[in-house]
Amino acid sequence: MALSDVPVTPTASTGTGPSPEFMAAMRTHPTKRLRERLIIMALGLAAAVSLVTTAAIIVVLVGESIPFFQDVSIREFLFETEWQPLFEPVSFGVWELVAGTMNIVLWSMAIALPIGLASAIYLSEYAHGRTRRILKPLLEALAAVPTIVYAYFGLTFISLDILKPLLGDSISVFNALAASIVMAIMLIPTIASISEDAMAAVPRELREGAYGLGATRLEVATMVVLPAALSGVIASVLLAVARVVGETMIVAVIAGQTPNLTLSPLESIQTMTSYMFQVGLGDAARGGVEYRSLFAVGLMLFLMTLTFNVAAAWFVRRFREEYV
Amino acid sequence: MPDVRTPAPQVTPRPTGRVSVPAGIERVMEDRKANEYTPPEPAALTVRDLDFYYGSRRALAGIDLQFPEKMITALIGPSGCGKSTLLRCLNRMNDLIEGSRVDGEIEYHGLNLYDRGVDPVEVRRRIGMVFQKPNPFPKSIYDNVIFGARVNGFRGNADELVERSLRQAALWDEVKDDLKKSGLALSGGQQQRLCIARALAVEPEIILMDEPCSALDPIATLKIEELMRELAEHYTIIIVTHNMQQAARVSDYTAFLLAGEAGSGEVIEYGPTEEIFANPRDKRTEDYITGRFG
Repeated sequence: MALSDVPVTPTASTGTGPSPEFMAAMRTHPTKRLRERLIIMALGLAAAVSLVTTAAIIVVLVGESIPFFQDVSIREFLFETEWQPLFEPVSFGVWELVAGTMNIVLWSMAIALPIGLASAIYLSEYAHGRTRRILKPLLEALAAVPTIVYAYFGLTFISLDILKPLLGDSISVFNALAASIVMAIMLIPTIASISEDAMAAVPRELREGAYGLGATRLEVATMVVLPAALSGVIASVLLAVARVVGETMIVAVIAGQTPNLTLSPLESIQTMTSYMFQVGLGDAARGGVEYRSLFAVGLMLFLMTLTFNVAAAWFVRRFREEYV
Repeated sequence: MPDVRTPAPQVTPRPTGRVSVPAGIERVMEDRKANEYTPPEPAALTVRDLDFYYGSRRALAGIDLQFPEKMITALIGPSGCGKSTLLRCLNRMNDLIEGSRVDGEIEYHGLNLYDRGVDPVEVRRRIGMVFQKPNPFPKSIYDNVIFGARVNGFRGNADELVERSLRQAALWDEVKDDLKKSGLALSGGQQQRLCIARALAVEPEIILMDEPCSALDPIATLKIEELMRELAEHYTIIIVTHNMQQAARVSDYTAFLLAGEAGSGEVIEYGPTEEIFANPRDKRTEDYITGRFG
């Protein structure tokens, strides 16, 4: 029973009791109550949108994957090493695509992580206030460049103008290295900016404690600030990895369309996303096994990102040095 | 929290011979200025004509002070008088503040700490610091103590150093069984003693303490004060305190600072603690220590 349903009556001890005007003023107004309910419902609905969408995606992924796995055994999917859906003999060993994605993750993070962290350390521990106020927005602007622009910049400039003349025949025109470099350029601002936020939030007292013991700036940054800011730093890395795994344009344009079980950056490869992109271009008939492979690969991609998230959460719990 | 600061400091009676002389006349009779005092040699640090600026604001003006070796010197004065700023000049901690500037010199073993070419990192290793709010690292007790030694290239027996430092800081018996526990899991007083142990592990000559007990309860405060007396046998200690009783209890020498008309901190009076409290020569010192302002 709602409170407003209870008739408000003067209590015995008050004697004459409050005036009717006072009683009316104190009562919950029905229209006010209705408005509150509507607002709560609207807010809840807004929050539900993303939740429902996520659930719908999982349902579709799993639902469309089931018929795929009726045609192609899970054993073939997971234990064959050949991904050849379009030519005979047809083969659906997903590892070539997983390797393609991991190849890009590996090399782009190998470039972006040290540079991004170094930028964060510079911005948070070394740069003067004014320098930081100018540099940080500039760096963040890099993150706003559309990926298709990065893609063609990578293909024409990095791959053809730099890597090809430099490495000659040992590198394919379409290669994982150029894609990884461009990907790294795109990720550095993300890693630097989020890590810098986390490092800037570390209390000044902690830094002073270390300086007071004769620590250098670099020691303060790496031994005190970075461990204390670890969860933010990992969050930035996780976001970056998620972007690499999900990025399509850059890899589709630069890295090639050749499923290839290799982590070598010099070869032409195909990632999971660029395979999905290729199928989506219309090569496969709706309802066919290639079409359904789209969803199986999508499911695999989803499971991979989920694993990354869980692993990162564990890592943060294990190694973070929590300040109060 | 019971406040140990509230009661007026106990003023020991003046020597009988001087009681008959009215305070005003006594001041006139003295030709030496109240802030000109040279404690017994050797000096651990000598501050000469030091000015300090935050941007264009002068926070300290013309500071002259000599800190005697292996003694406890207290810097007292109301909020905003620049005593903490002065303390942080002594180990170049203020270098870390953007837009700050120092004029004048601080002599340490015949060397001016503010000479070009002096490495502030090396200065801070030799002149350690304990802060107002206990600030242990979010690491284990062990790692807290060993941190400073590590960054300074310590290559000896770490376990031994940790034990010795914790013993010196009178914390060993309380934590010896859980050195792996986070420093933040300790009580406030224990955290502050951990910070002292951490400073001692670097083997400094001088320890600067910036209101080390202001965040602690009276019992923890007494423990730290006791510890300071013990440490003074081997170390020079300079302490900033708001608590006049504390200055009277622990220090050998006391400097009283006050912000002048322009808002820049100046030394008003300096001398042996007993004299400052029993027989202040400047009216403003007397007003402050008897609780008339501040």
